[in-house]
Amino acid sequence: MANQILIVPEEREGALRKVSFELITVANELAHALGGAVDAAIIGSNVAANAQALATTGIAHVYAVDDSALALFAPETYTTALTEIIRKIAPSIVLFGATGFGKELGSRVAARLGWGLVTDCVGVKIENGALMMTRPIYAGKAMATVKAKALPVMLSVRPNIFPPAPASTNASTAPIENVAVSLPAPRARVVEKVMKESVAVDLAEAKVVVSGGRGVKNTEGFEIVKQLANTLGAAVGASRAAVDAGWIDYSTQVGQTGKTVAPQLYIAAGISGAIQHLAGMSSSKVIVAINKDPDAPIFQVADYGIVGDLFQVLPVLNEELKKVLAEK
Amino acid sequence: MNIVVLIKRVPDTETRIQIKDGKIATDGIAWIISPYDEYAVEEALRLIEKHTGKVTLLCLGPEEAKETIRKGLALGADDAVHLNDPAFLNGDATTTAVVLAAALKKMQYDLVLAGKQAVDEDNAQVALRVAELLDLPHVNSVIKLDLSDDKKSARCLREVDGDRDVAETSLPALITAQQGLNEPRYPSLKGIMGAKKKPIADWKAANLGIDPGSLNAKVEIVRVDPPPARPPGKKIAGDAATAAKELARLLREEAKVI
Ligand SMILES: Cc1cc2nc3c(=O)[nH]c(=O)nc-3n(C[C@H](O)[C@H](O)[C@H](O)COP(=O)(O)OP(=O)(O)OC[C@H]3O[C@@H](n4cnc5c(N)ncnc54)[C@H](O)[C@@H]3O)c2cc1C
Repeated sequence: MANQILIVPEEREGALRKVSFELITVANELAHALGGAVDAAIIGSNVAANAQALATTGIAHVYAVDDSALALFAPETYTTALTEIIRKIAPSIVLFGATGFGKELGSRVAARLGWGLVTDCVGVKIENGALMMTRPIYAGKAMATVKAKALPVMLSVRPNIFPPAPASTNASTAPIENVAVSLPAPRARVVEKVMKESVAVDLAEAKVVVSGGRGVKNTEGFEIVKQLANTLGAAVGASRAAVDAGWIDYSTQVGQTGKTVAPQLYIAAGISGAIQHLAGMSSSKVIVAINKDPDAPIFQVADYGIVGDLFQVLPVLNEELKKVLAEK
Repeated sequence: MNIVVLIKRVPDTETRIQIKDGKIATDGIAWIISPYDEYAVEEALRLIEKHTGKVTLLCLGPEEAKETIRKGLALGADDAVHLNDPAFLNGDATTTAVVLAAALKKMQYDLVLAGKQAVDEDNAQVALRVAELLDLPHVNSVIKLDLSDDKKSARCLREVDGDRDVAETSLPALITAQQGLNEPRYPSLKGIMGAKKKPIADWKAANLGIDPGSLNAKVEIVRVDPPPARPPGKKIAGDAATAAKELARLLREEAKVI
């Protein structure tokens, strides 16, 4: 029996998010193990260009619901649109990015169809014919292995864990099918996008995160953190102590009750490494800690540690990294 | 107006998670209301202070969850429903949402509030599933909530993946709380004393007309492991400038991350 694997890519400001290509990687592996092909369902307004981009990634089919009513996110209309596609192609597995969009849409569609949903997976494989997923629980203090008792099932994949599939392959272009769906008038809907002054880099998808804690001392101190982040093209993070002190927006908080991040490089400056902070960042590939206190718990997870004053270390590090990057 | 708040009992975030035989060892754990649910409780209390009405807590959990419910009542909620039946436990997000939705069908509400996720299994889907099962609109991950004067709609600021947007919904609706929505209060001594006398209804499968055999989990946790151990790190010696230079070199040449 052929198993269709359906991915639900995601757009941001008109472009496909990187996680969409990571989904293709996971879906290809599943399709290979189960015998089947990968389809994509793209939902939104003016999605033609992105549908076209998806069609050259080696997948089998692109289904698109392209409707001006989908210009801004409304859970109910998006749910209806995606549910229609799923009913039509009856996939065995549906994959989302574990982003705000993927979690929200996945939950509603799963409930409407009565399917199981496993969110925020960092490992996905077929074992003895069963779909097994690994996901962090307690913000990464433990890893759960979750088994789908049967297919079909839905899952969402944490950004930045799987390598993205190449944007374009030499494979032939997949057919794009526009699916007309009669959409309900939503009762809840986004009416306005409020961009932040420093949209900069999204924490969850960032390759590099530079975070500051109470040791950064004040808002001005965060300028040093931001300069380093700027040099590295990194997202700025923070500990809860820094956020609670009002030195930086709470949306930058990393940890159990903040963002969970898994960048290639995480630099923690003036952060002690409380268990709630470690929970959100300890799966980063390389961790650097800069702290005055040689006994700070952050050093227990750090790959590289400097015992020292961040106000002396960061400016030099910034200048050095600029030099190193210029050599590229 | 009537507000129902979904709350979950979870291990204190300070807790070091211990794993025994592929399971989380729960002995010796301190338990709390999931932090995002606390924001939801706080918001409900503030809305009622402003618009008058009643706050009811709804909690699915074992008998021990009573203690967690009392904490919520001590903060100022009026009463609570405890979905307290062994048949409700050990399910998954699908079955939990089915039970919560069945309970809400028996309750009166203008608004359902919940945390955007519980901080134990971090599923981030139960509340939204409940909204769908009840055919309610929802707004997720809200950091500011304003009700219209006629209490028929709400305007919300949301924080999602680092972006912000404004969403509107008609009521009744389900709204989930994100950090930033408010600053939760502490219980007063009077609140703690008063909580002992507030009613908590115990509802079983039979009260909800649920056949326990119909609660089929779609997915199951087969094993829990500690996170992969990290290899011991390197402390870089020298004064600040020397160490910073060496770090830049190591990140480039050894770790190859820049
Ligand atoms: C329910 C709950 C949820 C929580 N969730 C989170 C969460 O999601 N994320 C989070 O981060 N925390 C969270 N916390 C808070 C957490 O327990 C800690 O309080 C917090 O992480 C401490 O932040 P910090 O490391 O910046 O501050 P501190 O613990 O005060 O550490 C500051 C560090 O800076 C160092 N320092 C000071 N000056 C300098 C200098 N000049 N140069 C170098 N180093 C210096 C000090 O040696 C110290 O180690 C939560 C707490 C609770 C109760």
